[in-house]
Amino acid sequence: MTSVAEAGLAACPECDELHIRRVLHPGERARCARCGTTLYRRPRRRPDQMLAIVTAALIAFVLANTFPILVLRAQGIVNEATLLGSVAALWSAGQEPVAAMVFVTAWLFPVFDLLAMFLLLLAIQTGSRPALFAPLLRTLQAMRPWGMIEVLMLGVLVSLIKLSKMADVLPGVALYAFIALTVLLAVILSYDLRALWQPDQQRTAEA
Amino acid sequence: MNALAAGLRMCLSCRTVCQADAAGRESVRCPRCGAAVHPRKADSLARTWAYLIAAAIMYIPANLLPVMRTSSLFGTSEDTIISGVAYFWASGSPGLAILIFTVSVVIPMAKMGALACLATWARRPSGMDAHALGRLHSGVELVGRWSMLDVFVVALMAGMVQFKSLATVEAGPGAAAFGAVVVLSMLAANSFDPRLLWDNHGRPDDAR
Ligand SMILES: [Zn+2]
Ligand SMILES: [Zn+2]
Repeated sequence: MTSVAEAGLAACPECDELHIRRVLHPGERARCARCGTTLYRRPRRRPDQMLAIVTAALIAFVLANTFPILVLRAQGIVNEATLLGSVAALWSAGQEPVAAMVFVTAWLFPVFDLLAMFLLLLAIQTGSRPALFAPLLRTLQAMRPWGMIEVLMLGVLVSLIKLSKMADVLPGVALYAFIALTVLLAVILSYDLRALWQPDQQRTAEA
Repeated sequence: MNALAAGLRMCLSCRTVCQADAAGRESVRCPRCGAAVHPRKADSLARTWAYLIAAAIMYIPANLLPVMRTSSLFGTSEDTIISGVAYFWASGSPGLAILIFTVSVVIPMAKMGALACLATWARRPSGMDAHALGRLHSGVELVGRWSMLDVFVVALMAGMVQFKSLATVEAGPGAAAFGAVVVLSMLAANSFDPRLLWDNHGRPDDAR
């Protein structure tokens, strides 16, 4: 259905201006001549490098969720909290909407993002194109804005300061894992997903 | 030249430029990713307004109801967003007070106001420059998520401070309302199609 001419075109998502696609160098981006919005990017990192970063982020995610984020001590009582523990506490306290919002934005969508990235990059790496590739990539794209790990990270720091006024607070193992996860996710989110639609183009341009 | 005028449509999912349907139907299926491709986002302005009005209504309980309830040996205290900011300010953390005030008050208000302006101006000429409106739109999409900060703080505090008789923190109904404001205004920004601004405000000689 797509002719050669259309495959060589790009339209601006902000102003709809048509451009002729060019082959970019790694790390380069093409901007709209009319409004300056980024049209497309050639990722700086190769799929295999991204696969390593996503794997590291998955490990950080597991650590961040197994160990306590903060350890609280007041009058001899010690309290440890994980993210899912907090969600469960909210849920059982009758705050189901808040619990659901936190669970979805800080746990479910980030983990889906990482797993989907892992599978998609693996498919590109092995040169296969399973039937699930397109729906998965499309869903990933739609869900991206709703993952909010970096906002959660800031929230952890704010609660740390807030709690330090009420009790002795010790940072838990998961706090460091969360910091690592936030940094790795920043790298992953800056990777233009649309480059995954045309891995062949990327490979030939690299050769 | 824009894609619409050339009889082409851009897929918002994978950004493939597709041919308009030969039979004259509104939407086509993207040949690469399979998403439905509309010339402009479907019912963009009506949806933007609907989410925006819902967000504005939820903004009232979000600010009036307590977001957090702290019970300790010394009694129970309830905090709204504003009283939480005031507490930080008074207890010697002005930096945190400004941070929370910015993400919980300034950003949601500015975002709702900006979206209302954009949705109004998208339809009628305003004398505004499409470049400025476009930048306003990208800014709105970028900062909205940070408003979720206070919801996360309350959730973490409620999860962590559970010292039975000594002190407990609970999330208040304001937290859910505030979360709803963030979600609804993100949906509003998502429904808005910035290309409408350029359709009505852009000039053909806008290329720079
Ligand atoms: Zn543009
Ligand atoms: Zn598509």
